Amino acid sequence: MVGSSSGEPMVRFKGVQKSYDGEILVVKDLNLDIAPGEFVTMLGPSGSGKTTCLMMLAGFEPATHGEIYLNGEPINNVPPHKRGIGMVFQNYALFPHMTVAENLAFPLEVRGMNKADQQAKVKRALEMVELPEMGGRRPAQLSGGQQQRVAVARALVFDPQLILMDEPLGALDKQLREQMQYEIKHIHESLGVTVVYVTHDQAEALTMSDRIAVFDDGIIQQISSPDVLYEKPDTSFVAQFIGENNKLGGTIEKVQKDGTCVVKLSTGDMVKAKGVNIGEVGSRTTMSLRPERVTINPKAKSVPNIVEGTIAELIYLGDHIRTRMTVADSDEFIVKIPNAYGHAALKEGSKVKVGWETEDCRALDPL
Amino acid sequence: MENTTAPATLVTADGTPLKASLQRALRQRRRQAFMLVLPLLVFIFVLFIMPIATMLTRSVDNPEVNSILPRTVIALQSWDETTGELPSEEVFKTIAAEFVAGSQPGKKVINKVGKRLNYELPGMSSLFRTSTRKIRRMKTGPYREKMINIKIVGKRWADVATWRLLKREGDPVTASYFLSAMDMRVDSKGEIKSKPVDNQIYKFLFVRTFLMSIGITFMTILLGYPIAYLLATLPMRHAALLMILVLLPFWTSLLVRTSAWMVLLGNEGVINDLLVWAGFLGDKSRLALINNRTGTFVAMTHILLPFMILPLYSVMKTIPPSYMRAARSMGATQLRAHIKVYFPLTLTGIGAGTLLVFILAIGYYITPELVGGQSGVFISNQIAGKFDSGNWGLASALGAILFVFVLLLYAVYDKIIGIDKMKLG
Repeated sequence: MVGSSSGEPMVRFKGVQKSYDGEILVVKDLNLDIAPGEFVTMLGPSGSGKTTCLMMLAGFEPATHGEIYLNGEPINNVPPHKRGIGMVFQNYALFPHMTVAENLAFPLEVRGMNKADQQAKVKRALEMVELPEMGGRRPAQLSGGQQQRVAVARALVFDPQLILMDEPLGALDKQLREQMQYEIKHIHESLGVTVVYVTHDQAEALTMSDRIAVFDDGIIQQISSPDVLYEKPDTSFVAQFIGENNKLGGTIEKVQKDGTCVVKLSTGDMVKAKGVNIGEVGSRTTMSLRPERVTINPKAKSVPNIVEGTIAELIYLGDHIRTRMTVADSDEFIVKIPNAYGHAALKEGSKVKVGWETEDCRALDPL
Repeated sequence: MENTTAPATLVTADGTPLKASLQRALRQRRRQAFMLVLPLLVFIFVLFIMPIATMLTRSVDNPEVNSILPRTVIALQSWDETTGELPSEEVFKTIAAEFVAGSQPGKKVINKVGKRLNYELPGMSSLFRTSTRKIRRMKTGPYREKMINIKIVGKRWADVATWRLLKREGDPVTASYFLSAMDMRVDSKGEIKSKPVDNQIYKFLFVRTFLMSIGITFMTILLGYPIAYLLATLPMRHAALLMILVLLPFWTSLLVRTSAWMVLLGNEGVINDLLVWAGFLGDKSRLALINNRTGTFVAMTHILLPFMILPLYSVMKTIPPSYMRAARSMGATQLRAHIKVYFPLTLTGIGAGTLLVFILAIGYYITPELVGGQSGVFISNQIAGKFDSGNWGLASALGAILFVFVLLLYAVYDKIIGIDKMKLG
């Protein structure tokens, strides 16, 4: 869990714990390094502690234990206004009694910048978010997307090295949200600032991030780049939370030297899986298998693992047919059948064989 | 859209115009709504609109002279008051006849005229009482000579000022109550003049009422703002407890709360006793905290405080905490964020609270009456006093001035902040 670039990390959480009531730890032992220029997303369900981590970094919540470093300096006792961190809030938090330009000038004004410089900077910031004409308006006169851009511009206008974003796109509709994802990503790339982004939307996290830290129950379950997170999840939670996942429960029968293990399904069938996060022989495991890696009616011996399942439901989605099956202990076993020429014609209730490569099936901790 | 002709009237399936059909469909609902609010409308009309209308009428209504001495009023019309000469024997004869008519046993109304004129010119009441007795014994004229020769008071009949007053107040509508309410009077020459400074009471009382109300309002802002802030920002559990503490005075009778202040502030009261006991004060030099301005100020500030806190609270509750956080993250200190971001957003609350507290304060009666003593009474106490002594006209005029002032305030508030932005609790 070390930043991708060498040298001093920009942000370092070291053994940070947080409790609000002295009874429950909302954040349990957080260790995280963020390199300069990185875009790191904290992803997790609500209540997983991700926003709390952001608030501790911004200085609005004190850490109960542990130390947070910014550019190598401990900042636990530095008040928020001296941290120099730009922040974008969930509902933008644009000041309604000020115009857009006054909102943008606020951080410059409190820094004692002269009026001419302020105006120049505000103008540049508004141009960056493509709202050059909106300076005189009040936030209430802007659309949701425009307010969002102003909020981003305001967080950037005083040239902070680090920007925190707390679910900034949550209030936008789907289309606008996707568009804003790209814009924020481009701003990040062109300015080279470090971004710590909090969201519960995994698609958003996959689109924008250099690295994603998946939070659950106050712990970072896994922190990796989007592709590693999707293709090589370390835990069942991550496999389940990121993308679509088929899970099969079983008992470990044998573990081979190369890490491959043999798992006995509830039907008694033996399958092979890549052992990632497993106990000893005889313990339970949950295997993770991405729907797009499953083949229907494979030729015998073409793949190492073949089991039988029953088709429960066929959903026609145009480019592919989503097939829900009952396989072993799972009745939510999804297979995506591309709507290609000569694809298998299936009927609900019929029995078919499904197969997969051992590499694609990851044996993880039992759920 | 130039070429489109006016759209043909839309009709329903059976051919009635759509609008008429819609009206009919909605009529039932509108009638129901009206019936629901009818009791309230009647209530407001009878107990609110009518009394205010009556009060406004009374402040200019002047029926006494006109209805009791009608023929004298007509007779006086031909008298020229500018010459300085007394009216003719004919006028004296008329008024003597009306004195007799107005003092029949069982319907003695003539003294009402005396009392009314006495508001304008002291001595008129006794003139009328004495003259009635004497005139009833006069069988023949000359009335002018006989009336002037009535012992002690008779010389008032030889004074042109008396007749000028009679002629002036013969008008059924008068401005004299309003003039009195503004410490002005019509002098014997018929010109409007300010009363001598020593006799000016109402102007002084109005000014005191306004100044003290401003002070009380300011004090409630000072005390109420931090409380409202705490209420809006504390965790739910603590905020609920604090809210009860704020509302508790609300649920207690006004009289009880004022009496509580009498116990606290009195000469032998808790505060004085404590100060003497602690040695800060000698027993002889107890502080005068009640029956003066201090008493009114302290008690009214306490009583009106919830009216400041609640509007402030309701506005502060709508300010998301992220505003302050945003300001802090951009480099503003706590204080600066408060001044630049939080405070401006609470201005509508301050406006609403100020309006509410100030309007309530300038009309306050019970508390100044009980703890205000001589130096702490408000204009409303004077109004109540005038009602008690039967001078309804002056009481109404004073009330009307207060009323107009409140309406003006309201209009100013509407202009600056907007009544629609007002939030109360």
